[in-house]
Amino acid sequence: MSDRVAEILLDSFSKILIPGLTATIPLALISFAIALVIAIAVALVQYAKVPVLTQIARFYIWIVRGTPLLVQLYVVFYGLPDFGIVLDPFPTAIIVFSINTGAYSAETIRGALESVPAGQLEAGYCVGMSYMQIMRRILLPQALRAAFPPLSNELIALVKDTSLAANITVLEMLMATQQIVSRTYEALPLYLEVAAIYLLFSTVLTWLQGIGEKRLASFGMERG
Amino acid sequence: MADEMLRLEGVRKTFGGAEVLHGIDLTVRRGEVVAILGPSGSGKTTLLRCANFLERADAGVLELGGERYDLARATKREMAAVRRRTAFVFQNYNLFRNRTVLGNVTEGLVVARKMPKAQAEDIARRCLARVGMADRADAYPAQLSGGQQQRVAIARAMATDPEIIYFDEPTSALDPELTVEVLGSMRQLAEDGMTMLVVTHEMSFAKNVADRVVFMEDGAVVASAPAHEFFDHPANDRVRTFLNTIADR
Repeated sequence: MSDRVAEILLDSFSKILIPGLTATIPLALISFAIALVIAIAVALVQYAKVPVLTQIARFYIWIVRGTPLLVQLYVVFYGLPDFGIVLDPFPTAIIVFSINTGAYSAETIRGALESVPAGQLEAGYCVGMSYMQIMRRILLPQALRAAFPPLSNELIALVKDTSLAANITVLEMLMATQQIVSRTYEALPLYLEVAAIYLLFSTVLTWLQGIGEKRLASFGMERG
Repeated sequence: MADEMLRLEGVRKTFGGAEVLHGIDLTVRRGEVVAILGPSGSGKTTLLRCANFLERADAGVLELGGERYDLARATKREMAAVRRRTAFVFQNYNLFRNRTVLGNVTEGLVVARKMPKAQAEDIARRCLARVGMADRADAYPAQLSGGQQQRVAIARAMATDPEIIYFDEPTSALDPELTVEVLGSMRQLAEDGMTMLVVTHEMSFAKNVADRVVFMEDGAVVASAPAHEFFDHPANDRVRTFLNTIADR
């Protein structure tokens, strides 16, 4: 590695990391939080087989899972202005990522809910609890525990997918890197550098996932 | 009758075109322990589940402590009312997996009956002591043996002070040694005067603890008699055959 490249890498590190901390991470965390709310609602509607709402939920999941995330970003960012709806890049990204991850997570949570034995619901009824009480206190906590590893997966995937927001001019890590590359023409070292920072973020999340799973395992429940 | 706790009339249930209960009538008096015996598939468990609305009967009436409920058409409110006055012990325990032993027993008191937590825990600890599980109050179900889990389930059933406890083959999933400890708890409950309706394969329990035995086959009650009479003077050939089969095992 030449001194010049070393200097560029060193100099660019904070210029890439700072958008990572101010854009990539907030984008991922805010979107994921909203996605979880969407996902639980959509999963509950399907689990309880609420008429009409279940069909709407299936339609939503069908559309979101069947189309590319990048296309969804373009539709909202470049398409909606035709209808007079103009959103800034960052809110657009939040909305699209929330809706996208919400659809995937809804399937995860629905699967986890259906894996809770029916006897848990019956036992709840038999001690006199209502459906909503059983859902909130017994079924959902167990389902979310089972869904924790796959949901962690989705969060890590989302952190990396935020790089797509560069396409709608959100100044996140990849965009910051591209700007430096266009100035210095050192594509390989700089893209490897940003890749390493993504890897760092994912590693921290994986580590947090491990801690979370240990916490949950202390409920003494069987794994699985 | 004044001392009647539970009366089931004309309970019918069809699964996928096949009728599994052909109009069952059954009465349990206050403080009585009734064992329901019969071969697998005779409809015993379905009857019990219909009596608590875990299955919806196609027809039939439930009379609980003098109040009548239509098993086929009861509203959510009526079902909840019945369930708050009864308790159910399942074959595979069904303890809440995300609650401790203590939490399993208090849940129905605190959440469904709005009892203050301290009072609920008081009652729970007393019930757990009666089934010999007080020292495991902080354990989670997954950390307990099957027999221990079932004793906790019995404590959970007792805690809500039900008018009757339904038992659905409470020892069928247990090893013989563990069966003994669960039957011990049930016997104690019976001696305390609890009204119990018990679907079981445990002949010794039916013989020694139950007051009356109801024998079911193919969705109908074939015999109903005081326990000693049921075993010593079988009412009909079908019961005799059944008892011989059991004796041969």
